[in-house]
Amino acid sequence: MKAIVFGGTSGMGRAVARRLAERGDAVFLLANDEAELQRSAADLKARQTAAVEVGYALCDLAKPEGFAAALDAADAALGDFDTVVVTAAVFASQEALESDIELCQKLVTFDYAHTLIFCEHVRKRLLARGGGRLAVFSSVAGDRGRKPVAIYGSAKAGLSVYLEALDHKYHAAGLSVVCVKPGFVKTAMTAGLKPPPFAGEPDQVARDVVRALDKRQPVVYTPGMWRLVMFVIKLLPRFVMRKINF
Amino acid sequence: MDPGGTRIELTACRCSGSGIPFRVTGRPPATLELSPEVADARPGIAQPQLAGWGRIPAAGEELLSETLERATLGARLSRGLGRSYGDSSLPASAADRVVGTRLANRIVAFDEKTGVIRAEAGLSLAEMNRLFIPRGWFTPVTPGTKYVTLGGMVASDVHGKNHHIDGCFGAHVRWLRLRLADDSVVECSPTQYADLFYGTIGGMGLLGHVLEVEFAFHRISSPWLWMESERVPGVDEFLGSLGRAAAAFPMSMGWIDCLSRGQSMGRGIMMAGRWATHEEAPSTPPVEAKKKSFPADLPNFALNRVTAKLFNMAYYWRHVRRRRAGIVAPDPFFYPLDAILDWNRAYGSRGFTQYQCVLPRAAGAPAVRDFMQLLTRLGGASPLCVIKDCGPEGRGVLSFPLEGTSIAVDMAMAPDLQRIIDRLNEFVIAAKGRIYLSKDRFTRAEHFRAMEPRLATFLSLREKWDPRHRLRSAQSVRLFGDKV
Repeated sequence: MKAIVFGGTSGMGRAVARRLAERGDAVFLLANDEAELQRSAADLKARQTAAVEVGYALCDLAKPEGFAAALDAADAALGDFDTVVVTAAVFASQEALESDIELCQKLVTFDYAHTLIFCEHVRKRLLARGGGRLAVFSSVAGDRGRKPVAIYGSAKAGLSVYLEALDHKYHAAGLSVVCVKPGFVKTAMTAGLKPPPFAGEPDQVARDVVRALDKRQPVVYTPGMWRLVMFVIKLLPRFVMRKINF
Repeated sequence: MDPGGTRIELTACRCSGSGIPFRVTGRPPATLELSPEVADARPGIAQPQLAGWGRIPAAGEELLSETLERATLGARLSRGLGRSYGDSSLPASAADRVVGTRLANRIVAFDEKTGVIRAEAGLSLAEMNRLFIPRGWFTPVTPGTKYVTLGGMVASDVHGKNHHIDGCFGAHVRWLRLRLADDSVVECSPTQYADLFYGTIGGMGLLGHVLEVEFAFHRISSPWLWMESERVPGVDEFLGSLGRAAAAFPMSMGWIDCLSRGQSMGRGIMMAGRWATHEEAPSTPPVEAKKKSFPADLPNFALNRVTAKLFNMAYYWRHVRRRRAGIVAPDPFFYPLDAILDWNRAYGSRGFTQYQCVLPRAAGAPAVRDFMQLLTRLGGASPLCVIKDCGPEGRGVLSFPLEGTSIAVDMAMAPDLQRIIDRLNEFVIAAKGRIYLSKDRFTRAEHFRAMEPRLATFLSLREKWDPRHRLRSAQSVRLFGDKV
């Protein structure tokens, strides 16, 4: 594979980039911090046996106008990428979002609109070269409207629907879309939150995502237990959802 | 991902006044303060707790971070994978900012020709083994678990089966990057701020937060080991056998039955080994066995004198032939207990401690025998008792090993545990030995002072680099009298 990982400097993106690099895939990193990019590229290089340079470029979810240039840089370095993984996103708690309307606007814009725009750029390029793979990190939070993730979850719900439709429309043309739905994963993003049962580790998520890419699976819950959890949540009647705080 | 299910737990980070962390991937975390009515609207939250490997908890929580340089600002303690048994990785006060380093795990640079690696402090030994054993490199020193971070290996100045040849891990560290108590960042090495460097090695994280570490891997001849083991019927033969093994092999240690009395007191199994040569080794690399985890806490009574004795008897006689030799993989050789994740749950919810001391060579075999006798008489000991011939003392100011015999034994939490440890400490003081801080939770300050002639040097280093004692742990409060 020749893979771009947008958000590959930290958290689950870091784990995915490592997994790809360690098995010999060419990896190109996108993130919004030059120093972090440099450090992560060095880390990936040290983890590979072959002396391969790991390229990177600045790309910021806040600046959709820069997406094309970032993808150009990746194309130049990799020689036409065929795989893209998007883990970059913003997270904030429901309380924080409710009390800060600007943060709220930023989160829904980045996590839905700008992520979608990025995917559109990728889609056009991959289709032009006969297809490829696109894995985007949505969330189990998008599966049902729930109190603690009302706003964040709605952005992810929109993203999940977009990814599903993308799969329907372009599967035959060779574009494999993977909608990744992580449950709670222990990363710096969730630092300070007490992990619930079935909390995952970034490495486990990376393993599931890379497997889904290989098998061209359209939806992957990770850790897998969350498929069952969300199945039950989706069945709960409204009067129960009004009562519980999950 | 979905952090939603834990909404109420957010109060936990309000308690420490840190606000809710919020993050844009790849950018510094901004901190959002909640309005007070939101923060107060979540009553009835259990106080968050941290615990070492011995599972005796203290109030506090860690802030996991991928960027230690930012996270350690204003922090009072760093903490890796929490494998130290006692209170060295626990905060002095629940309000202290504790940085969890295990996500800061990037390799900064690696030189394939020399094996020199520089990495962030949270990189684990398990990860280094996974990446570098297949490439013919191995850490110069490994402790008995691979679930430790580089920062922890420096702070504890860990030793291993090869201590009599290679010394502690600190002897192989070439360079450290530290966050000091005054919030400055310094780089130190044996030639640059050497006092800070050697104080940090084995210094339990009390002189500075370890941000990055550089050391050199050793070349290994294959990813397999040649191991010889011998069943030894009594303590005197055991010590002789241990000495011979140390002379013949670069790696040696022994498991000793400290529950049997009389003739078979101190019987055990002596193990020694070396990396297998290319010719001896199987042509395929070792396959990592799937880890089992301990599914739940055993009840507190499960591990008692009777079951421990039965375990020991079984373990001893499982070694049917007196001598065995052969090829083994690194994991069962170095980390037999890592095969069962969370094995500390076997002790139940009461928790446990490990007592590890080293008795100097000058005190001789009689001291070891007397110690074993005292241990058997006091009771409280459990199946796991490990004995090792140590080489000369290293340069780390508070580094544990010294030339002699190290003995480590697990003890379940019990009402008379303090008394048992006091008695053992009195014996160790008389024998001019010392204890290992990374295992300790119960030693009294006056006992530690009496057994540690280097303490004054360490405390003066602390006065120099951290006069206000900004960096502290539950252990430094207990042993050095830090004010909370």
